[in-house]
Amino acid sequence: MPQWLHLDDPNLWLVLAGTVLVGAASALVGVFAFLRRRALVGDAVAHSVLPGIALAFVVGQSRSLAVLLPGAFISGLLALWSIDAIARNSRIKPDAATGLVLSVFFGTGILLMTWIQRSQGAAQAGLDRFLFGQAAGILPTDLYLFAAVAAFLAVCIAIALKEFRLLSFDPEFARAIGMPFRSLEGLLAVLTVLAVVIGVQTVGVVLMAALLITPAAAARFWTDRLGTMLLLAAGIAAMGSMAGSMVSYAVPRQPTGPWIIVALSALALASMAFAPRRGWLAQRIRLAAYRRKIARENVLKAFWHAAEEQRPEVASVPGAGHPTSPVLSEAQLLERRAFVPRSLRRSMRKLARQGLLQAVQAQPDAVSAAGWQATPEGLRAGARLARIHRLWELYLTEKLRIAPDHVHDDAEAIEHLITPELEAELEAVLDHPERDPHGSAIPRPNGTGSRGKDRTEKPINPKAG
Amino acid sequence: MIGSDAFWIVLTGALVAVASGLLGSFLLLRRMALIGDAISHAVLPGIVLAFLFSGNLHSLPTVLGAAAVGLLSTIGIEALHRRGGLPGDASMGLVFTFLFAVGVIGVSSLGGNADLDQECVLYGELAFIGFEERLLGMPTSTTILLANLLLVLGVLGVGYRGLFLTTFDAGYAAAIGISTAFWHYLLMGLVSVTTVVSFEAVGAILVVAFLIGPAAIGHLLTDKLPWLLTWAAVSGVFASLGGYALAALLDANVAGAMTAVLGFEFLLAFLFGPYGWSTWRRRRPQTGLEKLRPLGAPVKP
Repeated sequence: MPQWLHLDDPNLWLVLAGTVLVGAASALVGVFAFLRRRALVGDAVAHSVLPGIALAFVVGQSRSLAVLLPGAFISGLLALWSIDAIARNSRIKPDAATGLVLSVFFGTGILLMTWIQRSQGAAQAGLDRFLFGQAAGILPTDLYLFAAVAAFLAVCIAIALKEFRLLSFDPEFARAIGMPFRSLEGLLAVLTVLAVVIGVQTVGVVLMAALLITPAAAARFWTDRLGTMLLLAAGIAAMGSMAGSMVSYAVPRQPTGPWIIVALSALALASMAFAPRRGWLAQRIRLAAYRRKIARENVLKAFWHAAEEQRPEVASVPGAGHPTSPVLSEAQLLERRAFVPRSLRRSMRKLARQGLLQAVQAQPDAVSAAGWQATPEGLRAGARLARIHRLWELYLTEKLRIAPDHVHDDAEAIEHLITPELEAELEAVLDHPERDPHGSAIPRPNGTGSRGKDRTEKPINPKAG
Repeated sequence: MIGSDAFWIVLTGALVAVASGLLGSFLLLRRMALIGDAISHAVLPGIVLAFLFSGNLHSLPTVLGAAAVGLLSTIGIEALHRRGGLPGDASMGLVFTFLFAVGVIGVSSLGGNADLDQECVLYGELAFIGFEERLLGMPTSTTILLANLLLVLGVLGVGYRGLFLTTFDAGYAAAIGISTAFWHYLLMGLVSVTTVVSFEAVGAILVVAFLIGPAAIGHLLTDKLPWLLTWAAVSGVFASLGGYALAALLDANVAGAMTAVLGFEFLLAFLFGPYGWSTWRRRRPQTGLEKLRPLGAPVKP
């Protein structure tokens, strides 16, 4: 155990327990602020408790939390009400109203606090801690208060979880089924103010917003479930609070609140980067895999197109059987489509491993050069892509009335996404067509050429598009 | 006759209020009021670095360096929003609290530096402006703020058309070849610089009041951009005068008092302004549904 960490110091335990309780309680409420896109409302409440604290001090002539917290509570609620009233009753938008109320309340609080300081002397020192937070000064009695508030918040949220869930995800529905919308919003506001009121003493008014929002933002990357997200946010907040408290305990003159916020921000950033599925890295990996799959499919499609061109009679005459793949060199493939050479080679290696492509050695009779050939299976996969591409072009021209020369790019993108079920449905909707709007035969599902009549029998009506 | 100290305080406060009021008007119209809030907090680490290297904020490189952090924070917010997939408001809250926390840690670590303490971060100190060294015949901060106001006025004068178009019809502006990104970052840069140079006078947080307050007041009084800018400037000057009087009366912080006066001015505009509470309900477009009689309600004779 390192020298500096005096685990037997009761003060350390007080600070740890206090910051963890406050952090977890704020995180629970913050989840809803985060989900409802009201991240900065907590910021506004935090700044706005200041004048209430100052006035409560003047009226009550005491620095005890029992006197100051009710003042903070009332002024926080008043600020929320003002934001709402301004946004509802004038052309000022909610965001501007939030910023205005926040700064005016805060400025008034500063005015009152400096006035108290100069008129009443050193007694104001106890109010300072609300500005930057002072976790080191947590008393055992404070701890009971924090625990009581945290428990109250947790119980309220547990009881009203269903209602809050609806309020967060589908407020219109909640209103429509006659939920007491305003009362629920009010309850959430009261809970937020409560969390802020106990939080500002540990991290200060400015950083309180982070105590609400940052754990929720971090938790969001790990889960899609509200219950899990609440627990995770509380856990992340507890971790950040502990880390921050440890740093400020170990290093002299370091403030607790800012270190808690730095730790929480680091956790949030790490979650954003590395969380499975929703994290940045996971998404990049998924995107790259998807891009490679598209590149491979385009290679197979190029082989099918080459096979069609080589023997159009096989590709479009009924019962002519499976066309065979021509042998294409890398240069020929690059001529057909603007592949990136490096990714083309990677695609072909992978396709070869999957048994969809095979390397062909140069024939001794020198008739055909060395290159690559699609296996029957690979050719079928290429045929399927061409089939979906052409079905989609036909769908766009016939059903959506888009000009035939405008549909290619769209089909080029969709061909990689259509599932076999959608493919079947598309074919049924189009009544098992033979040809696409450009006159090319639509390959059959088994990869043989179309049953189609050839294009002279069924002229394409240019007005069809 | 007001003393020369009072004169410098009121003048400096007015310079802060007018410069931020003009910029804030554009922020408000672009629905970016809270970006101003975020930037004003985010410049703190930059300011701490500036103090660390040169002991003050009185040279161009330190001001620009600190302001660059503010500009970077807007890019960071954008990145978390677009690349990280966070909602815009949450990414804003995340970035500015983080930077502010780093700044506060920096302030605590600097410790002995008398010119930069926690109180200064929160509300600055206008009261002692008269004791500052003179630069061009004025207290240094005042001179710098005057230069900043001239810069803001100059940019607004030269770039009025670009800012106007990108604010009100970004699509049209883009269509006729005006770069919306250029004007966006120009505005963000000006807000950052103004926040930094206002820091010593009003601190990192109260500058938000000057960015949003005068603009919101003007917004309730007029529909025309030139008048909005005028009202913002006028209400800023009055807040500086009234704030000084209030602070002198209570012997309290001047910047806080100016903010309180701004709040009072806003209340007046909200209650009696042509676009405030008294007329808002009447102005709201009628949908016709109000006249519908609920089912079963008696028909009035």
